[in-house]
Amino acid sequence: MDVAKLTGITRVYKIGEVETHALRGVDLTIGEKEFTTLVGPSGSGKTTLLQLIGCLDMPTSGKVFINNQEATNMNRNQRADLRKGTIGFIFQFFALVPTLTAYENVELPLLLMGEKNHKARVMELMDAVGLSDRVGHRPDQLSGGQQQRVAVARALATNPKMILADEPTANLDSENGTHVMEIMKKLNKETGVTFVFATHDQRVINYATRVVSLADGLITKDENVNGK
Amino acid sequence: MNYILKMSLRNLGRNKRRSVLSAFAISVGTALLLFMSATIRGEMRGSLDLTINLRTGHLQIHAEDYKDENMSLKRQDMIEAPLEISNQIDDIPQVKAASPRLNISGIIAYKNETVGVQVLGIDPPSVANAMYKEGLVFGEFLTPDDREGVLIGLPLAESLNLYPGDSIDLILNTSEGDTDEQRFTIRGVYTTNTPGYDKATILMPLEKAQTISRTENFASMIYILLHEMDDTAAVKAAINAPGYIVEDWEELNKLIIIVEQLSNAMMFFFNLMVLGVTSTVIMNTLLMAVYERTREIGILGALGLKGRQIRSLFLIEATLLAIGGVIIGLAIGVPLVLYFSQTGFFIGDVGISANSGFMFGTAIYPYPTIGDVISVSIAALLITILSGYYPASQASKLEPVEALHTNN
Repeated sequence: MDVAKLTGITRVYKIGEVETHALRGVDLTIGEKEFTTLVGPSGSGKTTLLQLIGCLDMPTSGKVFINNQEATNMNRNQRADLRKGTIGFIFQFFALVPTLTAYENVELPLLLMGEKNHKARVMELMDAVGLSDRVGHRPDQLSGGQQQRVAVARALATNPKMILADEPTANLDSENGTHVMEIMKKLNKETGVTFVFATHDQRVINYATRVVSLADGLITKDENVNGK
Repeated sequence: MNYILKMSLRNLGRNKRRSVLSAFAISVGTALLLFMSATIRGEMRGSLDLTINLRTGHLQIHAEDYKDENMSLKRQDMIEAPLEISNQIDDIPQVKAASPRLNISGIIAYKNETVGVQVLGIDPPSVANAMYKEGLVFGEFLTPDDREGVLIGLPLAESLNLYPGDSIDLILNTSEGDTDEQRFTIRGVYTTNTPGYDKATILMPLEKAQTISRTENFASMIYILLHEMDDTAAVKAAINAPGYIVEDWEELNKLIIIVEQLSNAMMFFFNLMVLGVTSTVIMNTLLMAVYERTREIGILGALGLKGRQIRSLFLIEATLLAIGGVIIGLAIGVPLVLYFSQTGFFIGDVGISANSGFMFGTAIYPYPTIGDVISVSIAALLITILSGYYPASQASKLEPVEALHTNN
């Protein structure tokens, strides 16, 4: 089954009188258990595409289906509900809520889903990312790598179909970057959750099983590879 | 604890100084409003109490055409055999005192100075004169059969350098339309702590006042004090004084009541001004918070927080600030008002004549009410929460994708 399907996607940004065509007609299907990277130079449209898959943004034209539901027909609140149960996010900056502890950050999506008995689930995830001894730490008490691992745990909390990661290793050193990628790859294999990355970090690309290349708002190459 | 409440509470701790200053602004506004409303209420209440006790009484019986300010001595404007009427009224259980009074316009001549005064003929033993007796500073009180003695107010005694035993010449109007002059001895000096009244009022036994003004067995009014103000209507209905009219304190003090209503209206606008300034501080604080946390709002939106939940986050912050600020404001304002309600604060002689219809004491005693505490607290809470609505609404409208791309 397709986790995400995008057809005829264009995205035009208008700043004043200037129009920027970020995507010029993209068709893309993301299947279950994929470990896909969207690659391309800056301005190629990979982040825009990732945001459209994540229903954070709406295309200028074209349709987006998530789990066979058409997101382009939904209002803001319906898209928020769709994201909540289906999509997890990992951002380039360590996007944790600074006033919440690591535990509480991971707990937050579960609370949004209305799940009450979630302690075991949170601890399981914290253990999976190797931070069970840091549950009470706030983001400013964690290293960049640790913060990103908490973000991975948070993205997985609601058992989403798909996790979207925008340059997840960009602010991590080599060791931490590799560590985070290893964790995500392991989770992909163990849980079957789909990962889609927007990146130009070769370390990330090396783990991918599918590489979608973009240039000037178009997909120029889509190939299956043997990632790590 | 609800996760939105938890986040709001912790967000307030992110910039402690700003949160404390914002709460402090609400506290100062709340305390100030409480103090102002209690002070204005106390001032108006004090003025009404003084006017009732010194001039109008809770009830007053007088001739239909009698006007206090004219001090008419014409027989048709006066009450005949006033002691008989006042004795009857004294028998009504709710009445504390009923006593005839005679108002005469006159002039004091002492050495080379003359001062216009009002001579008040009183029945010295009556409880109605307790305020003068208790306020005796020098000398002794009048007796009913004193034919030469008068009491003068402290500010008048000070301005003319008069003491008990000194003599003054009094020139008084008479009912015949002429004047009479006689030398009197100062028996005592009193104060009611009402400079406008004390510097212009001389007390004299009723019989002597009737003699010198040639009003015989007549008085200007029957002055009635009650044990409880609430009994005014009942006592008014019970008084039988055919040929005369009975007016209550509300009818006799219309000006004060109108000014009190005006003061309340002005207080409403004063409240709006103070709360307007406070709400600007809160709005600014929350707008800064929205600006500083734009990316975080984007993250929360990406996680699935809906616009109304993000709005709630900021509105709860505003509410917590308001609750904290109001509690601190009450903690400052209530003891302050209670302290000054006991000690008063000195304003001295405000220079308003007793004939103006207003009497002001030398001190204001704020008069706090539970109603004021509740209304000020609710107003401060509501205005603060409302002022948080705009920033909260701005935050809720942020598109996650745009918010995520800011540097804040």
